[in-house]
Amino acid sequence: MGYTLKMRIWRGDQGGGDLGDYDVEVSEGEVVLDAIHRVQATQAGDLAVRWNCKAGKCGSCSAEVNGRPRLMCMTRLSDFDPAETVTVTPMRSFPVIRDLVTDVSFNYEKARELPSFAPPPRDADGKRRMAQVDVERGQEFRKCIECFLCQDTCHVIRDHEDNKPAFAGPRFFLRYAELDMHPLDTHDRRALAQGAAGLGMCNITKCCTEVCPEGIRITDNAIIPMKERVVDRKYDPLVWLGSKIGLRNRDNDGRSEA
Amino acid sequence: MASTDAPSTTPGSTGVDGPTRARIGARTLREDRWWLAPLATFIVFSGFVVFATYRAFAGDYFYAEPYLSPFFSPCLTADCVAGSSDFGQPLSWWSLSPALVVLIFPLGFRMTCYYYRKAYYRGFWLSPPACAVAEPHGAYSGETRFPLILQNLHRWFWYAAVVIALILTWDTVLAFGPAPGEPDGIHMGLGTLLMVANVVLIWLYTLGCHSCRHITGGRLRHFSKHPVRYRIWTLVSRLNNRHGTYAWYSLFSVAIVDFYVYLLATGAFDDPRFF
Repeated sequence: MGYTLKMRIWRGDQGGGDLGDYDVEVSEGEVVLDAIHRVQATQAGDLAVRWNCKAGKCGSCSAEVNGRPRLMCMTRLSDFDPAETVTVTPMRSFPVIRDLVTDVSFNYEKARELPSFAPPPRDADGKRRMAQVDVERGQEFRKCIECFLCQDTCHVIRDHEDNKPAFAGPRFFLRYAELDMHPLDTHDRRALAQGAAGLGMCNITKCCTEVCPEGIRITDNAIIPMKERVVDRKYDPLVWLGSKIGLRNRDNDGRSEA
Repeated sequence: MASTDAPSTTPGSTGVDGPTRARIGARTLREDRWWLAPLATFIVFSGFVVFATYRAFAGDYFYAEPYLSPFFSPCLTADCVAGSSDFGQPLSWWSLSPALVVLIFPLGFRMTCYYYRKAYYRGFWLSPPACAVAEPHGAYSGETRFPLILQNLHRWFWYAAVVIALILTWDTVLAFGPAPGEPDGIHMGLGTLLMVANVVLIWLYTLGCHSCRHITGGRLRHFSKHPVRYRIWTLVSRLNNRHGTYAWYSLFSVAIVDFYVYLLATGAFDDPRFF
């Protein structure tokens, strides 16, 4: 059963822009991206919007719906009252290109700053081995679809553009954690996470976790464990004392600082 | 095309009004009651701080045999009333309230707790007040500088919090003792129940701590080489999922037990005894 949805969509570029009003016919079961496409098809052929899979797996259609960072393809219209006006804007942490499309290249620059996985030499039979329980640990982190909604909502860069050079953001803390927990990685990434990636800038207010469309517990399972690993290295009195008397965690043997 | 008024963006301004961002002009477009959670946090935490500060500095009515208020445990100074010093009075030179000696540890534990940090950064410092709501501060350095770099001491306070939790457990055991006029043996009153509930919540909160989760197993690279620690880590992780809930519940329970002891010590209420 269809109805007329009232929408406000931000149109513009870096020179300026406005929230434009659109009335669009929508049907039961549709999502915000369907409505955007119908506006594009029937009323605003030049509306710029980035999208691809329409299944919540490509991470392309990130935007802000009624002020909340969301994937447009995973935001059901049935979540809103039919009389409600649905406002769609581009992500507000990144430079806008046009309309709903932003320049997310900040994230690719940060990805390049992160040393890649560095496995040890292969076993004698040419294989590398990991126990299943260690494989499973990293699976949560590998669900990331790089929609960058966590980066968008992170106030460290959303509200402070000047922090961008010094802060990698939650998506990349996830990657740091994944690699630092990886039994085969030979890099010790703790100093890098604290220094170049700016882990200490995060004040763990958990917005990244709240907006993650994959439900990854970014703060609890990646950022806080990385902070604790940094504490191991620099701030724990018992770890320090243990190292002085020859007691130390041998789990990091074979690793060198990245 | 109807429009909102786009504000002028001053060159060099940062954040959502920055020169390269979409000029939307509102601090947030959220229409839900995003302000409710930080406001509730502010009110409840402020209420607790006022109550705890008053009780700690007043330094009286903290013991009603066999119950010792958790704010004053262990009671180590000369001002501790008869029966309340289960560990002696090694700090007999201390002239201020006995609570001030010990409260620094649970206070430090909670102030540096990852859950409480989220709550008070949002509720008190508005950094940010809620997700996708612009914060009012012009500059931000997170936890990289003094004093907030001291948040890294959370683990030190966790070590102390475990000791405090053990002491509170002993207090709870003693709460099964006789009230004045009762014969020796095991007894129980409403206060005993409250202290049991409190110490259970304290343990659930303390053992669900992110630092505990890290120390027990999170720091490992190979779960497979440490099956016992891995098992402990999974149990702690289960508690950790509800760390925020236990943080609130244990905050309430510790205040309720203290207030209950206060009521008994002042004679405003008689402890219902079950046996």
